[in-house]
Amino acid sequence: MRPQDILMPVPAGLCCKPGGFHIDPVRPVERAVITHGHSDHARPGHGAVLATQETLDMMRLRYGDNFAGSTQPIGYGEAIKLGDVTVKFHPAGHVLGSAQIAVACKDIRIVASGDYKDAPDPTCVPFEVVPCDVFITEATFGLPVFRHGDAADEVNKLLASVALFPERAHLVGAYSLGKAQRVIALLRAAGYDAPIYLHGAMEKITRYYQSRGVALGELRMVKGIKKADLAGTITLAPPSATSDVWTRRFPDPVTAFASGWMRVRARARQRGVELPLVISDHADWDGLTATIDATGAGEIWVTHGQEDALVHWCQAKGLAARPLDLVGYGDEDEGETPAAEDAEVSASGNTEA
Amino acid sequence: MNRFAELLDRLAYEPGRNNKLRLISNYFRATEDPDRGYALAALTGALSFKHAKPGLIRDLIADRTDPVLFALSYDYVGDLSETVALMWPKASLPLHNNPPPPPLADVVTTLRTLGKTELPKQLARWLDELDETGRWALLKLVTGAMRIGISARLAKTAAAALGDKDPHDIELMWPGLTPPYLDLFAWLEGRSEKPVNLDPAPFRPVMLAHAIEDTDFANLDAADFVAEWKWDGIRAQAVSGRDEHGHILTRLYSRSGEDITRSFPDLLPSLHLPGAIDGELLVLRDQRVQTFNVLQQRLNRKVVSPKLIKDYPIHLRVYDLLGEGDTDLRDLPFAERRARLEAFVKKLDDPRVDLSPTIAFDSWDALRSARADPASAGAGEAAEAVEGVMLKRRDALYLPGRPKGQWWKWKRDPHIIDAVLMYAQRGHGKRSSYYSDYTFGVWASGDNGEQLVPVGKAYFGFTDEELLQIDRFVRRNTTEKFGPVRHVVHEPDQGLVLEVAFEGLARSPRHKSGVAMRFPRISRLRWDKKPGEADRLETLERMLKSDISL
Repeated sequence: MRPQDILMPVPAGLCCKPGGFHIDPVRPVERAVITHGHSDHARPGHGAVLATQETLDMMRLRYGDNFAGSTQPIGYGEAIKLGDVTVKFHPAGHVLGSAQIAVACKDIRIVASGDYKDAPDPTCVPFEVVPCDVFITEATFGLPVFRHGDAADEVNKLLASVALFPERAHLVGAYSLGKAQRVIALLRAAGYDAPIYLHGAMEKITRYYQSRGVALGELRMVKGIKKADLAGTITLAPPSATSDVWTRRFPDPVTAFASGWMRVRARARQRGVELPLVISDHADWDGLTATIDATGAGEIWVTHGQEDALVHWCQAKGLAARPLDLVGYGDEDEGETPAAEDAEVSASGNTEA
Repeated sequence: MNRFAELLDRLAYEPGRNNKLRLISNYFRATEDPDRGYALAALTGALSFKHAKPGLIRDLIADRTDPVLFALSYDYVGDLSETVALMWPKASLPLHNNPPPPPLADVVTTLRTLGKTELPKQLARWLDELDETGRWALLKLVTGAMRIGISARLAKTAAAALGDKDPHDIELMWPGLTPPYLDLFAWLEGRSEKPVNLDPAPFRPVMLAHAIEDTDFANLDAADFVAEWKWDGIRAQAVSGRDEHGHILTRLYSRSGEDITRSFPDLLPSLHLPGAIDGELLVLRDQRVQTFNVLQQRLNRKVVSPKLIKDYPIHLRVYDLLGEGDTDLRDLPFAERRARLEAFVKKLDDPRVDLSPTIAFDSWDALRSARADPASAGAGEAAEAVEGVMLKRRDALYLPGRPKGQWWKWKRDPHIIDAVLMYAQRGHGKRSSYYSDYTFGVWASGDNGEQLVPVGKAYFGFTDEELLQIDRFVRRNTTEKFGPVRHVVHEPDQGLVLEVAFEGLARSPRHKSGVAMRFPRISRLRWDKKPGEADRLETLERMLKSDISL
């Protein structure tokens, strides 16, 4: 049996024929196995969904109780037999509940890693290297210009700016699921213990993180707070909101954006970002290449992002590699759709970075 | 060097003009000579190095990285300096005993004087020592293209603020100054007299026009204005002066002040009287003005062959006189300068230099008709090279920049078609990573029935908001990807219709469609139309035949 007989890309996503399921399908399917809760990977309308408890909870928060016909939670390290294959979940270190999915059939093991990072993150279980024959990797930051550095240094930059401009508000654009909570946790780790303010669109998911035991300190909703009282404070908001009329409620705001894209100046400037913070929930170039090495896989399939460069790197190392050309995933960095204050976490085809 | 790097870095993220000015002025105030002078030179694009060129940087990075990875990274980042700064591999040896990065003046001097063979090693050593921001700033210096949203004008304005001077004064003396501008800073700080420009044929900063809107006419009196044809050529300033030996020295400048004398040796003998002329470079054959496409053959040539000179005879059509002999005329009203110009051209008496005629009109309506039909309003056969009319206030002094209300350009209405977005490519610079270059097509009958044929490419005309919308559309409707190019869905009932405005149309065997547009831009997004309703190639072909000055 060849690897492509076990998993193959189809318009709906990665299809496992012998197991009778799709991984992170972009169209409604009968059985879906889902890596993590971001809306481009976890979509509503499937018959049955297999995912971690956290991922299922996030889907329920976003799409309501009837987001799938039936659901089945699975823990890290747990294996389950589906058709002719065995499926096992491993931590991906991307966001709370994110998983890599190892699909084994006969003596071949393929790992679909979803989105992942090998950098430390206080809000989720660390990434685990899973030895395999075929490794399916994302390539969001698959160019050697992307080296993310230590996120703690970036948070210190933010705190230095807050100290420098006590009369201004600091607005930090961060994706609602994962990045925002990580930035808050990093601020707490750096010793910042003042209340942190949130845009309404982030409330549910952040409260959910807290309910899962992630310590985030005192959080307040920004809605209804007087303008003058926001001087010297930090507010987290979806990236699109930081360039919206919504920002008028803040005194002379400094606009920051926490994203791996901030490594490239033009990206920061395009968004009118004054304080770029290079904090990413995806592996950077060094992370991607080190992980590929560590899995020991002889064959690499590259999904969304900068596939060409990573495929080229693999081939230069003598690894069989090919892009999967899957359409519909967090392609580059299309921002979250503007979310109105107090709106539900946006449900459209967004991505984070 | 560190301070200069920090300045560039902060400027790169600062959107506000006033804050930019403040940052630069503060830097000038806090930095010693000659460092600040070299910084001013860097910001105004006045530095160039004989051996330190972008090619050298490419070679350095090529030795250290995979060429394919570099090419892909460069395509993504859209800026050579930044790509190299980000990709530069960490030095293999620890750098404990290295000296701190040298002052900017030392860097500039080294870049200027070091020989071709030693330079790469020195650059690499600096790149190893500097951090990312430092590397980026150093490479910006070498490539000369700052691209951080600072115009030369802005940098000079910031310098002027140092001594509460008028930036206009700096513009006037600028051609006579050289880095590191010790005399300029001495004057700005009140330590010495104003520097004088000793160049016998200096460039004068040009005066530019505002585009006029329909609503502007209500407040304008036709009697206050002179109208001329707006020629579709290249704006040029021709300056002749006497050097210390009394010989005539002639230079041609582009509108930005770039010396383009070498490209037009055939025009120089015609400019034998001391003076400074503002005019338009055109190619004339048998007294007939050729289109811009023809003129293009003469542009950006370093070597000008006799054949080129013969086949593309260059000509200067003049419309203003800024100086005559040693007299500066810029403080005279336009009407007076025009009279002096007419006399000057008569005295020159040269077939290669002629006067741009004025258009007789007594009301805006009369001028509107002339603009709609230049051929019968006096332009005759030259109408093909007319792209509109210019309005100049009779009493306008010659002021550098784009002073309000003095000169107006009133372009002919563009031609418009509805086309379908076919391919999109990522942009560069400010728009890197956005799909901002669009190939569009119109319908034609082909072997397989109705199909879209590409007829042009446009990468501006849309607002920032529209760019986001198109970018989103492209990402969600990609059917295939080829490196940076995406095929975007284009079926009769699926796809995006773009209203494209363009200035002219020419037959082109190089294009599959057989036509080439001049100056195409996206004028509107037609979300309301289906691709099936877009225009057909026959429409363009009809435009070609109807000869509406295309």
